[in-house]
Amino acid sequence: MKWEMGRWRPWGGFSLLFHFRKGNVAGFAGVRRALMRYRKNRKDGTRMGNKKKKKESLLRRLGKDLRKYADAYILVVPVVIFYLLFCYKPMYGILIAFKDFSPAAGIWGSDWTTSYGFQHFIDFFQSYYFARILKNTLVISLTSIIFGFPAPIILALLLNELKNEKFKRVVQTVSYMPHFISVVVICSMILMFTSNKGFITYLLSLVGGPDFSLLTRPEYFLPIYVLSGIWQEIGWGAIIYLAALSGIDQELYEAAKIDGAGRWKQTLYVTLPGISGTIIIMLLLRMGNVMNVGFEKVMLLYNEGIYETADVISTFVYRKGLQDFQWSYSAAVGIFNSVINFAVVMIFNKISRKFSEVSLW
Amino acid sequence: MVTGRGKQQKKQVYGYEKRKKITGYQVFSVCNVILMLFVILVTLYPVYYIVIASFSDPGALSRHTGLLLAPLEPYTGRAYQLVFQNPQIVTGFQNTLFVLAVGLLINLSLTMLGAFFLTIKGPMLKNVITFMIIFTMYFSGGLIPSYLNVKDLGLMNSLWALILPGAISTTNLIIMKSAFQSIPNSLIESARLDGASYFQILVRVMTPLSKATIAVMVLYYGVGHWNSWFSASIYLRAGDKFPLQLVVRNILNISASAMSSDVGMDEMAQMADLIKYALIVVTAAPILAIYPFLQKYFVKGVMVGAIKG
Repeated sequence: MKWEMGRWRPWGGFSLLFHFRKGNVAGFAGVRRALMRYRKNRKDGTRMGNKKKKKESLLRRLGKDLRKYADAYILVVPVVIFYLLFCYKPMYGILIAFKDFSPAAGIWGSDWTTSYGFQHFIDFFQSYYFARILKNTLVISLTSIIFGFPAPIILALLLNELKNEKFKRVVQTVSYMPHFISVVVICSMILMFTSNKGFITYLLSLVGGPDFSLLTRPEYFLPIYVLSGIWQEIGWGAIIYLAALSGIDQELYEAAKIDGAGRWKQTLYVTLPGISGTIIIMLLLRMGNVMNVGFEKVMLLYNEGIYETADVISTFVYRKGLQDFQWSYSAAVGIFNSVINFAVVMIFNKISRKFSEVSLW
Repeated sequence: MVTGRGKQQKKQVYGYEKRKKITGYQVFSVCNVILMLFVILVTLYPVYYIVIASFSDPGALSRHTGLLLAPLEPYTGRAYQLVFQNPQIVTGFQNTLFVLAVGLLINLSLTMLGAFFLTIKGPMLKNVITFMIIFTMYFSGGLIPSYLNVKDLGLMNSLWALILPGAISTTNLIIMKSAFQSIPNSLIESARLDGASYFQILVRVMTPLSKATIAVMVLYYGVGHWNSWFSASIYLRAGDKFPLQLVVRNILNISASAMSSDVGMDEMAQMADLIKYALIVVTAAPILAIYPFLQKYFVKGVMVGAIKG
């Protein structure tokens, strides 16, 4: 019994009676309130309003906290405003995907679409473009991962084998360079070099390849996209693996040598396991962007003639939304993209956690 | 012992063994160096091509196909002259510099404020705000809602549309935060005891101790501003507000015929190509000149970004 906790309160059990004696009408709300008061009194052994034992209310604590850390909170106010205004307000704007948005009516005032608000999604799934852009997105992205992901690892391993530190630094510095060139410039370089007079086309024609502008044919978009991506990011991507490599304990190599392992065996059994954690994390991060094909680059490289292989979800969203002004439809397509993306992240995180105990969260 | 002596004897007897002792690893090392030289070549050649093409004779260049090893004579710097005389490009430079200067200031101050708040121990709302910030890394409104938001806020056709929506990059904020966190908390506490406000601590204690990371932030945000064109292309209408990259994109995409009004018709088309090359050099050069000096900083930044983000 909780009676021991406080003073003995003979009136505790009679609050119902008091309720009526005070002349209150026997309404449901009043009785309920009285009952609750009665229960509460019994439970923590105190009476309502006994401030000594009651914990401070949340609001009161918050008030105190705000006063205590006032100068810290003032600092974060602009940051919070930024996030509310430029990240959370657009999230509210997602509603338009379920509505027929008209700028005059505003987001809230626009009417919901048919099919319980999912009409735009249904339209998209049934459209001719759905299969095409989904396929292109996945093909471009997965090919980039299959060829582009191992490339920096290989470069890092090879750089690690270089004896001459100075030469190694030169190679590294040069290999970072393309990362800093803007996508506009990269794409115009690609367009120039693969045009019918460009030197890449020329080199290809020497070995019996095509001698016309490569990006006018659908079949060349994918290799150009993937290879130029590797060219641009291989050095930058290698940084993290080089750092991981330098973190491997040198004694492990000594031990392997004593056991008779050659350079190749050392790489296989010491180096690779040493950076496997980094590799998995990087792969997870990469998979988290599987649906986000480098959309600016696609936009700058493609043309109507090669939409068949080059048009991806994000470029489709751009054209429908910002060129054809189908806001709601295009927002729906965008949501579809993020949902798939998020699902992929979750799945891979789960797989990774199961097999290697490395996970993003 | 026995085997060792045997080997020694063998060496003495057959002198040619010494020459034959090329191991597989040595072969690999040589191949590796050659491969790395190839990597350098492949990386540099496209850039080299652009540079020498921009100094070549326009007529000779238009007749030329295939690889270029040196500028085609007679050399000319005419393309650069035209590029720097072009009013679009000059205003483009000015706009980009404005966005760069104002944008960097806002980027850095907001990122540091946010990151610093996340390192303070004690405030009740810290977890709420942390969640609010991290959540945006996994979920965002998307292109169309963001566009409508900017439109709603009345930022259309203003350079602020290029600065404000990207004022904080959450990844960078996390990098900054981990830099602040590596500073011992006792420093903050003792400064508090001395009566310093949190703002003073940020300016006087945290900032000087995390200069390297701030340099990384400047590089990341700066490169971002310098290279960005897409938001400009959707938010800006008036040509006199376009940043450099958008001007470059328009010139490179559309024919450059409007560029040079004082040269003859036939020469003009040839000159247009040359101008493209010169323009690429001019836009890419500033960053390519700076990044090697910041190398040691961004290597650190990449590490933190990948692991904490």
